[in-house]
Amino acid sequence: MQNLVERLLDGDRRALARMVTLIENDMPVARRYLAELHARAGNAQIVGVTGAPGAGKSTLVTHLVRELRHRERKVGVVAVDPSSPFTGGAILGDRIRMMELAGDPNVFIRSMASRGSVGGLSASTRDVVRAMDAAGYNPIIIETVGTGQAEVEVMRAAQTVLVVTAPGMGDEVQAIKAGILEIADIFVVSKADKPGADQTVAELAMLLSLDPTRRQRDKTTPAWRIPVLKTAAIKDQGIRHVVDAIQEHYAYLVESGMLSQRAQRQVRSEVQALLSHALMNALQQTITEDEWRTLIDDITARERDPYSVASQLQERIGLK
Amino acid sequence: MDETRPIRVLVAKPGLDGHDRGAKVIARALRDAGMEVIYTGIRQTPEMIVEAAIQEDVDAILMSILSGAHMAIFPRVMALLKENSVDDVLVAAGGILPDEDVPAIKALGIKGCFGPGTSTDEIINFVRANIQADRLTADV
Repeated sequence: MQNLVERLLDGDRRALARMVTLIENDMPVARRYLAELHARAGNAQIVGVTGAPGAGKSTLVTHLVRELRHRERKVGVVAVDPSSPFTGGAILGDRIRMMELAGDPNVFIRSMASRGSVGGLSASTRDVVRAMDAAGYNPIIIETVGTGQAEVEVMRAAQTVLVVTAPGMGDEVQAIKAGILEIADIFVVSKADKPGADQTVAELAMLLSLDPTRRQRDKTTPAWRIPVLKTAAIKDQGIRHVVDAIQEHYAYLVESGMLSQRAQRQVRSEVQALLSHALMNALQQTITEDEWRTLIDDITARERDPYSVASQLQERIGLK
Repeated sequence: MDETRPIRVLVAKPGLDGHDRGAKVIARALRDAGMEVIYTGIRQTPEMIVEAAIQEDVDAILMSILSGAHMAIFPRVMALLKENSVDDVLVAAGGILPDEDVPAIKALGIKGCFGPGTSTDEIINFVRANIQADRLTADV
């Protein structure tokens, strides 16, 4: 019997599905597998799709996948929906719009619950993408939870970020100026068959015209002009242009050297996240539940303060 | 089952009836019981359901059907699961399932049949009690 990694690399969908489960639940064996998968990944373009709840992310993703299938690409999708902060349960509904894609062996869709993460992804999204990448899916599309203003985690997982907005959210164009506007490589105005789409496009174009290359910190590399594209998925309009733009953006990333720059930034933040997770675990193991309770009581009674308590605890693992 | 990880359940609506209130109530109840529920929406073919169950690596498939097509659809779902060597997933059914059909449905390997009036607690407990405990560690 081949091991799970070999079967995944051979294109076994069930092996990939089980791998994702192991990764998502942070099983001890998963890290060993991931170390092997890391060496085999790195071929896929990773595309993030983000936007407010109901903006049309799942519908857009479904149509993007269909168009990418016409172009004979093997497509992976990771769709994240929120977990309940109270029960930990979740309804993962992104698949409803994607069911027409089920049955195509060259499309792999996995729904994930955010499980307490707040940046629009779940903690293991990047590792799940890594597994799909090693399995030969390219591109891989990450659909975030419906986001507000500050959920920009997708920029640390994706190479190309699509921000989806729908007409009739006019005020929102103002609202997204600070957070989400900055992470878009491509803007998509969805539901273009509805009134107000042209106005939304114009407003976005106006905002961009103030600083069309705001992500261009290094003046020596060529600039990427962020396109604003209209889609009406229900009429199958505009989808091809979005896929074209995704492919153009990848070519731009490669030619400008931005691809390796982004990869380096992402690797740094990934190792940092692993370190802080490991440090936290090491710390937690030195503290018993009884001790926690005593400390918390002392602090709430204002006999002690949080700062000296934290500093005393971190000395236990050699941190001053 | 190790409850340190959420149980994953596929709630599916095969057949041509569009009455998914029951399926949504079940999905919501399972969510409130701490499970991760993948809801497929209505009018799913057996192929779509089985492919979704494989990709999502669910612990259980719950199918709701009210149209009377259960004896056409359930055997196909079970055959497709077998074809894909999926033998560790709990399958149960709900909706309008006449009493005289229940033995035949269960003979297909569908472990539970739940008609109108079933309490959501009964279904939650059924799922917890009947999913395979070693699914997370077992090789596929």
